[in-house]
Amino acid sequence: MPLTSDPPLSKAPERARTDAPEAALEIVPVRHPGRWIASALTAVLLAQFAHGLVTNPGWEWPVFAQYFTAETILRAVGTTLQLTVYGTALGFLLGLVLAFMRLSDSPFLRAVAVGYIWIFRAVPLIVQLLFWFNLAYLYKRLDIGIPFGPGFVSFDTAGLVGAMSAAVLGLALHQAAYAAEIVRGGVLAVDSGQTQAAAALGIPRLRQLRRIVLPQAMRSILPNAANEVISLFKGTSIVSVMAIGELFYQAQVIYGRNGRVVPLLMVATVWYVLLTGALSVLQHYIERHFAKGATR
Amino acid sequence: MSAGTVTTPMVEIKSVTKSFGPVEVLRGIDLTVRTGEVTVVLGPSGSGKSTLLRTINHLEKVDGGQVSVDGSLVGYRRSGDKLYELREREILKQRTGIGFVFQNFHLFPHLTVLENITEAPVSALKRSKAEAAETARRLLTRVGLAEKAGAYPRQLSGGQQQRVAIARALALEPKLLLFDEPTSALDPELVGEVLDVIKDLAHQGTTMIVVTHEIGFAREVADTVVFMDEGRIVEQGPPSQVLDAPRHERTKSFLSKVI
Ligand SMILES: Nc1ncnc2c1ncn2[C@@H]1O[C@H](COP(=O)(O)OP(=O)(O)OP(=O)(O)O)[C@@H](O)[C@H]1O
Ligand SMILES: [Mg+2]
Repeated sequence: MPLTSDPPLSKAPERARTDAPEAALEIVPVRHPGRWIASALTAVLLAQFAHGLVTNPGWEWPVFAQYFTAETILRAVGTTLQLTVYGTALGFLLGLVLAFMRLSDSPFLRAVAVGYIWIFRAVPLIVQLLFWFNLAYLYKRLDIGIPFGPGFVSFDTAGLVGAMSAAVLGLALHQAAYAAEIVRGGVLAVDSGQTQAAAALGIPRLRQLRRIVLPQAMRSILPNAANEVISLFKGTSIVSVMAIGELFYQAQVIYGRNGRVVPLLMVATVWYVLLTGALSVLQHYIERHFAKGATR
Repeated sequence: MSAGTVTTPMVEIKSVTKSFGPVEVLRGIDLTVRTGEVTVVLGPSGSGKSTLLRTINHLEKVDGGQVSVDGSLVGYRRSGDKLYELREREILKQRTGIGFVFQNFHLFPHLTVLENITEAPVSALKRSKAEAAETARRLLTRVGLAEKAGAYPRQLSGGQQQRVAIARALALEPKLLLFDEPTSALDPELVGEVLDVIKDLAHQGTTMIVVTHEIGFAREVADTVVFMDEGRIVEQGPPSQVLDAPRHERTKSFLSKVI
């Protein structure tokens, strides 16, 4: 049988018969029966899952309801948000500095940035956090003064690096390595003609970065940065190893006491999901702000 | 300017050389542009026209020789028989006196037309926002785009974008304007509107150097036409001489191709 066959003969006269004026022709959209079947199947599965959530007593929804807005949990959510905000803010600030070090003309600054990014991407976050937590063991005192010389002010590290600041420090330093690469990628994505035009106009260097380069870089930085913030937000659950009362740690403490593991894990889960949703909404608006003047 | 006083030329280029790696792009350029004159630079692709233009506002550093604009060295300060490289801040300051218009406009896409024009006067010359906006609106009227102040660059045609870029350069009230193929990225029907703006500036006595392939434009407004090839100035003179009676073979064959 030939691969290309002529259309069935019966079609030709049919087409000839429809000689309605062009404008009056009715448009018949393509039907997607496959899509309908897939949707129906998915709906059935979802319904089944929802039914299980409601009827299976193992989920212990009353316990969930009791703890979801309990004060300890709310405070823990606050701590988690704090860790996220400080970790992100410090992390991206340092990341910005590292990105421009890596883009600078100084081979030394470039090497330092590359080294930093290498090390802090290599060391697992949990290992790093434990290091910071044990900083007091490494350096008994922290002196501020002339490098290698006498110190003017000195701190006891045990008092200085409390668990919370150790956690923020660890999260921020870890985040900075990733943020640096994201920012650098964003800056490189900006057409070099932009800085040339800015330089030709005599716009001061910092202003070039702040007003011309970064706003344009933001368009490619933001989606990646949002990913990072969300993963940091969930990553805060790692600091439960340092006995900090964040969301996951608090849930663990409570189910350790009352044995209601599943509903308390659900409490933590639902909070993570809700807040991630809020972050995504925020992301949408920030991205829209930086899309000014763009056609796409 | 009374007769008899020696006026410093607006641009003085002396034995300028420049290489990119092993490629010698400028091989000893000497060029003088007097105040109020229009100089048009012609030459085949790769002859070093853009590079020469970019050395004049120090977007490109020269390897040898010197460039002066309005009597002061570009990018350096002379003290005794030493040349000290200027700091970036000082170079940026020098550039505010030299307007540059790019082939691809390079407008800031995230800023409105008005913001594009006011950015440099506000940040580099410390003008007040209101004053800068007023100047910007006046300039927009001058290039025929008064109603586009609030638009973003991507909402404009190429010709309109280039006219905004010219207004942006003019906002600093530069004593010298440099154009690098200002109409080469434009659809043919948009070339005229941009050339008209440049001609208008020329008639008002703005000193400018224009790199272009528009021979008709050169014939109409140029005081001096410079023909470059392989990093050298092959010949220069009034358009009637260089365009209509070229002395050099290279110039003749180039002109026969572009006209
Ligand atoms: N940044 C750079 N790095 C390396 N080579 C360069 C650079 N800029 C220019 N060149 C080279 O220098 C030579 C002259 O370039 P230039 O842009 O000045 O030529 P042009 O006369 O403006 O040409 P066109 O008409 O194509 O714009 C070309 O061979 C080009 O490849
Ligand atoms: Mg060029």
